[in-house]
Amino acid sequence: MDTMDFIIGKYNYWVYIVLMMIGFYAMIAKNNFVKKLVGMNIFQTAIILYYISIASKKGGATIPIIKEGLDKAHQYLNPLPHVLMLTAIVVMVSTFGVAVAILIMLYRRYGTLEEDEIMAIIKMEKQK
Amino acid sequence: MRIIAIFAVVITGFLLIYATLDMPNWGDPNSPASRHVSPRYIEGTMPETATPNMVTSVLADYRGYDTLGETTVIFTAGIVCLMLLRRVTNGQ
Amino acid sequence: MVNRYENVLIETVTRLLIPAMQLFGLYVIAHGHGSPGGGFQGGCILAASFILMVISYDIKELKSRMSENLNTILCAIGVFIYGGTGLLCVILGGNFLDYSVLHKILPVDPIKARYMGMLMVEIGVGIAVMSVMISIFLNIASRGEHEGALN
Repeated sequence: MDTMDFIIGKYNYWVYIVLMMIGFYAMIAKNNFVKKLVGMNIFQTAIILYYISIASKKGGATIPIIKEGLDKAHQYLNPLPHVLMLTAIVVMVSTFGVAVAILIMLYRRYGTLEEDEIMAIIKMEKQK
Repeated sequence: MRIIAIFAVVITGFLLIYATLDMPNWGDPNSPASRHVSPRYIEGTMPETATPNMVTSVLADYRGYDTLGETTVIFTAGIVCLMLLRRVTNGQ
Repeated sequence: MVNRYENVLIETVTRLLIPAMQLFGLYVIAHGHGSPGGGFQGGCILAASFILMVISYDIKELKSRMSENLNTILCAIGVFIYGGTGLLCVILGGNFLDYSVLHKILPVDPIKARYMGMLMVEIGVGIAVMSVMISIFLNIASRGEHEGALN
């Protein structure tokens, strides 16, 4: 029974770590820059889910909006991770936009988005 | 190359899972994250700012300087996209 | 450059949907103090309505309602409202972004003045997020040319 409580208390962190490692693998092992970018988005989404799961409280806690008659701190979810992730989501969209803009510039310059082909073109231009 | 990547991913994931053994259980009301500063926000939002939604009051009032930085970040991102990509074709 | 693909069904549904989306976005910004919402979410909903207009009509249709100059100026105005609220607090004798001194110019008590200061800040954030999202989408989807349709 002790092992069961341990697993139930921790398994959501393990799910987020697996999701984060999928994104990490895509970032370091894939050869295409768009796939690397998708991996970065999966990574950031895992971090956001992890923070939101820290905010939860068992025992009938409700959403962080004051209601009549409830004025104890343990009756509301923790509002701080929600605030941090609210701004993190918008910053995530902004960084994604800048990254896609840079990829478009790379495609205009080199005509491909594969990493090894771009490195070969750069090496060829240096030898000239 | 792929073998090295899988090796690094597995090692990092194993270290992170090892680190979660010290985390509080999911939904623990007495976890350090919900005891340090958030009771102050929850109990102070009505008497100090008259705002029922405490996410808004923490976002715009208690941590307003933080949100000013975030707004500047997205403004910069928009201007960077404009400067990198915009092409005026017919001389306007 | 892609020409516009005209479809009566899509255009009629979009024409009905866009005003409702914009009204809901303004509601989310204005009622962010008492229900889930705020500047970031409402700005994203407003931007989604304009992006839906670009997808179902074409870019010229958007440009006739919000020109590129207006959009770029609105980006800066949103951040300026935020920083200007903070500087107004400094001018009135408080700290930077300490809204309780706003009761000197607003007809409310200091606690309610913090509510009003938060509302001003949320409006600034909503304007900035809306115009930045539209700008990023247009620049990326049309590769910086701002011409033709995207469907």
